[in-house]
Amino acid sequence: MTLIVHRIGPACTVQDQGRTGYLDQGLSRSGAADVMALYEGAALLGNAPDCAALEMAGIGGEFEATVPTAIALTGAPMQASIDGSPVLWNASHQMEVGQRLVIGSVQQGSYGYLHLGGGVETEMTLGSRAAHLTARIGRAVRAGDRLPAPGAGTTGLKLRADDRFSGGLLRVVASFQTALFDEGTLARFTRTTFYRGARANRMGMQLDSEGDGFAAKGQLDILSEVITPGDIQMTGTGAPFILLPECQTTGGYPRIATVLPCDLPRAAQTPAGGEVRFEFVSMEQAVTLQAAFDAELARIPGRVEPLVRDPHDIPDLLSYQLISGMISATE
Amino acid sequence: MTTDTKFPLLRTVGLDGLLVTFAQTMSEPSNRAALAFRGAVEEQQIDGVLETSASLASAFIRFNPSSLSHHDIEELLRAMLDSRDWYAAPLPAGRRFWKVPTVYGTDLAPQLEDAALAAGLSTADAIDRLSQSRVRVLTIGFAPGQPYLGPLGPEFNIPRLKELTPMVPEGALVLAISQFVLFSGPTPTGWRHVGQTAFRCFRPDMEQSFALNPGDEMQFISVSREELEDIRRTCTDGSGGASCKEITA
Repeated sequence: MTLIVHRIGPACTVQDQGRTGYLDQGLSRSGAADVMALYEGAALLGNAPDCAALEMAGIGGEFEATVPTAIALTGAPMQASIDGSPVLWNASHQMEVGQRLVIGSVQQGSYGYLHLGGGVETEMTLGSRAAHLTARIGRAVRAGDRLPAPGAGTTGLKLRADDRFSGGLLRVVASFQTALFDEGTLARFTRTTFYRGARANRMGMQLDSEGDGFAAKGQLDILSEVITPGDIQMTGTGAPFILLPECQTTGGYPRIATVLPCDLPRAAQTPAGGEVRFEFVSMEQAVTLQAAFDAELARIPGRVEPLVRDPHDIPDLLSYQLISGMISATE
Repeated sequence: MTTDTKFPLLRTVGLDGLLVTFAQTMSEPSNRAALAFRGAVEEQQIDGVLETSASLASAFIRFNPSSLSHHDIEELLRAMLDSRDWYAAPLPAGRRFWKVPTVYGTDLAPQLEDAALAAGLSTADAIDRLSQSRVRVLTIGFAPGQPYLGPLGPEFNIPRLKELTPMVPEGALVLAISQFVLFSGPTPTGWRHVGQTAFRCFRPDMEQSFALNPGDEMQFISVSREELEDIRRTCTDGSGGASCKEITA
């Protein structure tokens, strides 16, 4: 056992990269809403990227170490402190027995992640630790729970995370139902600025916009058909929903396009009220963009750097102009 | 979709999926074709294919486009499509026949009378016909382990409700458009709640998490409320008192 949960936000779950192979049985993948944050946490602790972490939707909690534990904090930046001393986000830190980690609300984005050395080792269900609340696999973490983990990992490391926490442009590809929307509707769709609506969870995220909805032709008699995460589904009112890791596996509402997997972390991290726009790319461009993203994930471990540069670790210290530019000692 | 669309139709789903659609509507041959084609793709164990599924009249193939190009997987699937008449394919092997004790109507399934009315039948007649219908698992989807079952007789081709029922429980048997759905969890629905069972389609806590497979057949036998309550008290394996036997061709 490593961390005891004393307080926790209402929508915190253990997530890894989710489970594949159960689509034919109606079970979607689930897994972290921001997969990049999993890779970042793993790199900071020296974990494998398939380790599970605690995903915190909007609000963190208070955690106490029962054994020495390495932790890392990634994803949407939140206020964090250990025994009252602020600690840096996108970094790994060592917690000693009895120390308390307090994580507040998000400052940007939607989903923050708490990683533990060796990964959170809750029980596996169908090959994954990812909670899938709509499928009633696992449950939200509650006060009094314990987060088991081996505990050991590298600490005192930081990463510069790219900004994916304020919405922005999402690249989409046409999908099998895009042709159900006429050209005028599609053009208006790419010209429109959307705002993340109030209805958002791990199943999907509603987008609001000014003006008319985006209706398909013959919307109501479409055969229920396969759904993939990233699909932008038009509900009866023509308001779009971006479908996320806990989406249903089939559905009857038409989908106008699909957000590329590499842009899904940015989509899921869009804060309430944040702006989102869409741009169609060709399948060829999409494959290239996704390959670049996969390569970027693989490069993350090479980008970690020490949190504090200890003078002993700087071999050519004497060559630094440490007082250059100083005019007055009291300035 | 244009009217001169030729089936089977190959279309992309997002970045990493292909959908092979055998007809615009669900029918016996298009459902058989979807199940058989999906089974054949699984059997091939193609490098780069991540997972597959079948919906009412389509097979879905998800693959890794960085190791298997769109061009190559499409070519492979087209060759498979041309290799035989999928609409005449047999149903999957190893199918089973389930008989599930079901309470029709009462406050457990309050929309039976409404459904009977919409079908132009008396309540007793509707119960007779529904409990004697042997239906097939056409697809599993929407929620884990949840089957779409059909076809029911044409008299049950009744539309979905305009207003959603806020919540029906796990094991609810609901009806619309000549199909049943047997709910695997509590859910809101626009289908009419006509029967209630103690059958659990998804049992994540058990070794065999999923009860059904596409192609399985089911019959929902009418029992009294007392019988169902008795089953709930005594039966702990999630089967809801259902019997199950292999279907031999």
